[in-house]
Amino acid sequence: MLEYIQILGQEIYRILFLLVPILVSVAMIVWLDRRVWGLVQKRRGPNVVGPFGLFQTLADALKYIFKEIIIPASANKVVFILAPIITMTLALVAWAVIPMSEELVLSDINVGILYLFAVSSLGVYGIIMGGWASNSKYPFLGAIRSAAQMVSYEVSIGIIIINVLLCVGSLNLKDIVIAQNDLWFVIPLFPMFVVFFISALAETNRPPFDLPEAEAELVAGYQTEYSGMMYAMFWLGEYANILLMCAMGSILFLGGWLPIIDIYPLNLVPSPIWMILKILFLFFLFALIKAIVPRYRYDQLMKLGWKIFLPFSLIYLVLTASFLFYFDKLPKGNF
Amino acid sequence: MIIHSIFFYFFSIIAIFSSLMVITSRNTINSVFFLILDFISVGCLFIMVGAEFLGMIILIVYVGAVAVLFLFVVMMLNVAEQKNSWFTGKETKHIHSGLIVGNLVLLELLVVVGGWKYKDDLMSSSTLVLSNTSNTHQLGLVMYTDYILYFQLAGIILLLSMIGAILLTFRERVGVKRQSYINQISRNPSSAIELKDVESNKGVKIDD
Repeated sequence: MLEYIQILGQEIYRILFLLVPILVSVAMIVWLDRRVWGLVQKRRGPNVVGPFGLFQTLADALKYIFKEIIIPASANKVVFILAPIITMTLALVAWAVIPMSEELVLSDINVGILYLFAVSSLGVYGIIMGGWASNSKYPFLGAIRSAAQMVSYEVSIGIIIINVLLCVGSLNLKDIVIAQNDLWFVIPLFPMFVVFFISALAETNRPPFDLPEAEAELVAGYQTEYSGMMYAMFWLGEYANILLMCAMGSILFLGGWLPIIDIYPLNLVPSPIWMILKILFLFFLFALIKAIVPRYRYDQLMKLGWKIFLPFSLIYLVLTASFLFYFDKLPKGNF
Repeated sequence: MIIHSIFFYFFSIIAIFSSLMVITSRNTINSVFFLILDFISVGCLFIMVGAEFLGMIILIVYVGAVAVLFLFVVMMLNVAEQKNSWFTGKETKHIHSGLIVGNLVLLELLVVVGGWKYKDDLMSSSTLVLSNTSNTHQLGLVMYTDYILYFQLAGIILLLSMIGAILLTFRERVGVKRQSYINQISRNPSSAIELKDVESNKGVKIDD
């Protein structure tokens, strides 16, 4: 019995060691997002609280904590409260399989990439539940938009993942990174990287695909009726999801924790630093795109997902498979 | 092993409870939520017996796509409260067809489970070797060699149902102006603007 308690304690320690840095970095990433947004528009962005405005997000979080949580009288209370919790939980549990270096991973499972894909496809529930339970027009419209959008773009993300898996021959995230030791997949699969990046924007409801919360049409979409800490949880979950998508992109295409070139000064840098740098690079692109691209129209969004990305990634899948087959480069699994 | 059985009973109790709640819950939305819970706990049971690929596929396909569409439809139709539940004692006309379908499914299950011991006579698998490889590899080895016909057949059935669904909802609308990106981009001032000298009190006829 004592043995089990000891194991439990160790696991909780490891989970906390993962979760606390993620939550802190989510706060920092919100600050970075607003700073980049400001700099593109020749503003300063948040620069008052703390050095360079670094503590702005903490100040915002404090404000949200002390605000009142308002639950609309006609809302379905259980689902209304459950929705932000689900969003937040799903955004955090996915980090369990992300390898920061060869050893630094919470749980190294065989089907890591499928787990990531499954968790990110469950993320739609938080939004659809929140929108429905609010029992109000704008949140409901936002939730419907979001559900259709996320289901559509998941399809092309799934096919892109199959592209990468064909080159690796394993569903394990570590194997995917190690397979990129000689050549990052961003080079042979560059079109897929672009499609993945745009689909990730749509999957996380980022501009130019932020139709679920288009403020000109829907007030704030599914978040309209939320206030205080529950709104903050939606918000944190959203940014944790964005970070997760960046991590997924850097594992699938940018070689995870591997250095750019394996030469003397570069391979002295610890692996987690490389991983963090790649995540930050992708997030910087996310933030830039938010600042420079206008919002899509809804039918254009659907057309892009189903009529352009899906056929394109399918054709690229056939090309990749034929290339690997004819040049006899198909990965030989260890069995 | 104790931990293993504790988790097994935990997930199976949740699965049975939620599947009962799916059919007895008065609120349709709650039914769908319990269906999702049922899918998740069945997925966890799959992972517990070592079939992690199947468990994840259940999560992705059923929870991530099918149940989302269920929820979508139920929310759109706004059929929240089910007044005529069979356990309230009122007569409904759906109970007969429901009973027939339910009995057919039960019969099929009995045939499948009963025929399990004859499965070696029906289909033989040559390449399945139980070793230490992951079950994703083993599934791939068997599915694309021994069962390739069944695999293709499943694909054709899905394709047919997709074509059927599109055919049912497709209607050709006349007089709809479509946006063509190529036409829009290839326009330039010389082809889009036309200057005309308009005589006084005559006006000009604009075609289109």
